Amino acid sequence: MKLGGLRTRLLLAFSLLVVITAATVAGGGYVQSRTLILQQAQDATARVLVDKATALFPLGPLPPGDGTLSRISGELSDRQLSSLVLFEDRASGNQQMRSLISPELRERVRAGNVAWQRVDAGGTPMLVVGTRFTVLLPGGQQRDSGIEAYIARSMVPEATSIDELATRAWLIGGVALVFAIGLALLAARGVLRPVRELGDAARRLGEGDLRARVGVRGSDELAGVARTFNETAESLERHVGELERMEADARRFVADVSHELRTPLAAMTAVADVLEQEASSLPGDAGRAAKMSIEETHNLTRLVNDLIEVSRFDAGAAALAREEVDVAEVITASLRIRGWTGEVEGDLPSGIFAEWDPRRVDVIVANLVGNALRHGEKPVSLRLSEAGEQITVEVSDRGPGLAPEVLPHVFDRFYKADSARARSGGSGLGLAIAWENARLHGGMLSAANGTDGGAVFTLRLPRRGGTA
Amino acid sequence: MDERIPSGAAIVVGMPRVLLIEDDQAVRDGLSMALGGRGHAVDAVATGEEGLARLASRPPDIVVLDLMLPGLDGFEVCRRIRAAGDLPIIMLTARNEDIDVVAGLAAGADDYVVKPARAQVLEARIRAVLRRTGQPAPAVPAPVEIERHGDLGIDRAGLTVTKADKPLALAPTELRLLLELTQVPGRVLSRQYLLESVWEHGYFGDSRVVDACVQRLRAKIEDDSSAPVYVQTVRGFGYRFGPL
Repeated sequence: MKLGGLRTRLLLAFSLLVVITAATVAGGGYVQSRTLILQQAQDATARVLVDKATALFPLGPLPPGDGTLSRISGELSDRQLSSLVLFEDRASGNQQMRSLISPELRERVRAGNVAWQRVDAGGTPMLVVGTRFTVLLPGGQQRDSGIEAYIARSMVPEATSIDELATRAWLIGGVALVFAIGLALLAARGVLRPVRELGDAARRLGEGDLRARVGVRGSDELAGVARTFNETAESLERHVGELERMEADARRFVADVSHELRTPLAAMTAVADVLEQEASSLPGDAGRAAKMSIEETHNLTRLVNDLIEVSRFDAGAAALAREEVDVAEVITASLRIRGWTGEVEGDLPSGIFAEWDPRRVDVIVANLVGNALRHGEKPVSLRLSEAGEQITVEVSDRGPGLAPEVLPHVFDRFYKADSARARSGGSGLGLAIAWENARLHGGMLSAANGTDGGAVFTLRLPRRGGTA
Repeated sequence: MDERIPSGAAIVVGMPRVLLIEDDQAVRDGLSMALGGRGHAVDAVATGEEGLARLASRPPDIVVLDLMLPGLDGFEVCRRIRAAGDLPIIMLTARNEDIDVVAGLAAGADDYVVKPARAQVLEARIRAVLRRTGQPAPAVPAPVEIERHGDLGIDRAGLTVTKADKPLALAPTELRLLLELTQVPGRVLSRQYLLESVWEHGYFGDSRVVDACVQRLRAKIEDDSSAPVYVQTVRGFGYRFGPL
């Protein structure tokens, strides 16, 4: 659960509400009941004292003798009450009660009130009530007798009731809190589930699953958001689908055009051969024109072949025909067939075996070396090495290297490093095709500048095809 | 359709006769011209049916066959030519689609050229295939030397192969491949090496051409082509003749 999350906030709000409510209701009730219980106990006890004191009236002569005092205390005490009667420095009754009578209680009693005080007698709550006795003088006058009577009773039953009250208040509060948390969770789920669903769907949409939708329940604000989300996703799916269709159409068009170009090119190529034999004997411009059309026919053929190759990569139709090959042998054959053996310094240790598609590796090598021979400067060197499951082929030249603005685009299709440069023999697709072939093997092709200035193209391929 | 008879209709003896089966007229004319100019007698037809008919009336030395034909397609034509004999076949594929190449080789083609092909490439392939039939036997027969490899008897001069003393009908490419392998019995030859020496491919070729030919050769010389004894595969390296 996230701190500061929606669920936490809802829980806190609900709990706080319940705690305040419970505290107010249960706590208020408890305080009131407690006051009432104590009040009743005090009143009852005071009444008992007053009644018994009234029953003792008149007391007889003053000052009272010890007999009078003990009669009073005897009369005042019973099973529940203990009593103590004080007169000046004499006392009668339960002597232990002395410690329960506080000076301020005596103060109030001496002032002529019926007073009470709750005290703690060694852990037992006690109620002490005191009063002064008046005597009736002959002539109907009343006067203070100087006798103080105190009775004490245990408040344990009341304390028990009050404790029960408190327990009940806590219990009610607790139950209410649990109930509130449950409600809060429910409410949170009601809000959170749609929110989470929305979040999940948004994430799926972001990951490219354009069919992600959320369920719309009810007609509240969340349902409105869900509806909006679905509409957005739908229009996104429509647009992306349209774009994909357009792209697929464009790719298919390129592929179709390239294929269509093949047949007329096949005828032109065949005829160019016938022309080639005659061109040298044609006079002046006619000869030059013949040579040019032959040259351009061959360029066009190369371009169309490369275009078809690229469109097969784009269509995902390029397949690998892996076989176990000695890498050095593939590379040397590649150079030998093109007559480049003498132009390249090779560091090609044999005995490095890999499961590659030799024809595609040949295309990569031919493009890299051809590129180095065309644009770099000799000597062009080839280095083959292996490290664990990765095999590296490095093609470097001693030319001026690649300009920094060219580096990121060197594998782009039809990228011309120097637009002013005359068209070379390449189709402008060679390096792009080499790059695609490297990727098809699960490897990569990168370009950089060497320490001594020339361009360095590095091919890194895994020895075997992964499961990917 | 108006058939272009190549110039020099008087066919010179020893001039290789090429039967070209190609449906596109411009390509047909262009290739006829180019091959004619390089000293071949070219018979050009537009459909597989016509090609098969021409095969019977004027047997060529080699067939150049477009795979994409209306009606009877190139694969079927290839299969029928193979069923009838060991005439060399070079396929023209308009697409370098792997599946076409594999199917064409399986149908029995000796080699293939991807369109658009330069006439000199096609011509080099034709020459390479025809060279495999070797020079005609010398007029004064040398003492026949027959190499024995198990049941196989190979006469290098007479270019004949027997199995259990019965002559085997091998296509030129199959024969060249067998001769190449038996020259160094027990040594492994890589597919690339075989491709360059037998097919004379001028580009980094395609070991599937070699594999397809090995399959066909095995079907003729092995007792059980699924458990080859003569031409053995060495995985990851190539092929080896023997050891028996």
